[in-house]
Amino acid sequence: MKKDNQWPLWEVFIRSKQGLNHKHVGSLHATDQQMAIKNARDVYARRNEGVSIWVVKSEHIHASSPDKNDCFFDPANDKVYRHPTFYNIPDQIDHM
Amino acid sequence: MNITSGTEEEVTMDEIGTITDFIQDEAGHGLYLYSAMETLGKSRDQSLQELIDGKAKYSSIFNYPTTSWADIGAIGWLVDGAAIVNQVALQRTSYGPYARAMVKICKEESFHQRQGFEIMMTLANGTKAQKQMAQEALNKIWWPALMMFGPSDKESVHSQKSMAWKIKRQSNDELRQEFVDMTVPQAELLGLTIPDPDLKFNKKTGHYDFGPINWDEFYAVIHGHGPCNKERLEARRKAQEEGEWVKEAALAHAKKQRNLNAA
Repeated sequence: MKKDNQWPLWEVFIRSKQGLNHKHVGSLHATDQQMAIKNARDVYARRNEGVSIWVVKSEHIHASSPDKNDCFFDPANDKVYRHPTFYNIPDQIDHM
Repeated sequence: MNITSGTEEEVTMDEIGTITDFIQDEAGHGLYLYSAMETLGKSRDQSLQELIDGKAKYSSIFNYPTTSWADIGAIGWLVDGAAIVNQVALQRTSYGPYARAMVKICKEESFHQRQGFEIMMTLANGTKAQKQMAQEALNKIWWPALMMFGPSDKESVHSQKSMAWKIKRQSNDELRQEFVDMTVPQAELLGLTIPDPDLKFNKKTGHYDFGPINWDEFYAVIHGHGPCNKERLEARRKAQEEGEWVKEAALAHAKKQRNLNAA
C-alpha cells in the first residue's frame, strides 16, 4: 500500500497593514510552522498583501455548527436592551 | 522552442523573470482550487491521484502544445483572458471558498493577460517574421480559447444544475460572447486577423457573430485525445512519483526537529 505522506494542513491569516486584524486568507500544506510561514508568504503575500502572517494547524481550529445557529445564537435575539437605541433620551440632548 | 522576442535575438532576462512569476502564480491558482476542494472533505492526495488516474477533469486548454514565444503571448492574452471572463463571473459563485479563491485568481490573471498582450504587441510591431509568428499563434489558440467556455448551452450536461445551485452565474454561451466582443478590437489593434471568416459585427444585436466551433475536436480533447493529454498527465504522474521521497524526507526532518526541541 502507498505510504501516506500527506503534510499537515495549515490555515493562513494575514494582517494587511499595521492596526488591522489578521484575516483568514486560505490554507496550505507544510511539514512544520517555519515551512508553513514561508510558503504562506510565497502563495498569499506575493504582492505586498501583508505585514504579518499567522499560521495555525487546521486541526486546532474548532467551529460552531451552522446547522444549530437558531438555538445557538438565540440568547441574543430577545435582548433588545443590549442596543443603545433601546433607551429613550430627551430631545434636548442632541448627542449622547 | 522557437524563442525570438522583441530584440529579434533571444528572450531577455526580464522576459524570463516575468514568465517565472507567471508560472509561480499559476501553481498558486492550482493550490487555491485544491484547497477549496479540501474544504469539501477531499484530501489533496486523493484529488491529485484522481487527476493522474484520468478521473478528474481539468481545463481542455492545457492539452494544447506551446511551441513558440508567440504562443506564450497568445496564451497569456487569450487563454488567461478567457479565464478572467469565466472567473469574474465565478467571484459571485454560491460556494464561499471557491468564490474567495476566484477573487484572488482574477487579480493575478490580469497581470498574465496584460503581459501576454504586450508580448503580442512587441511581435506584431516587429519584423515580418515576428508578425507572422504572432499571427500563427493567434490562429492556433483562438478556437481552443473559445472552447474553454465549454459546450453550448443546449449541449451542456452540468449547466442546469450548476445554474440552479448558483455555482455558475452566467451561461457558457453568454460568457463566450462576452469574450469575443472584448477580444476582437484588441486583435484589430494588434493588426492581426482572427482566423474566422464568419466573424462580423452584428449591428442589430450589438455583438460579434462568429463561425461554428468544432465540437468534435472539443469532445476529443476532453475525452483524452487532444494533442498533449497523455504527455500532460504523464508529467503530473512523474512529478508525483519522483517527488514522493522529498515529501517523506521533509516529514522525517520535521519530526526530528520536534523531537530535538522536546528533548
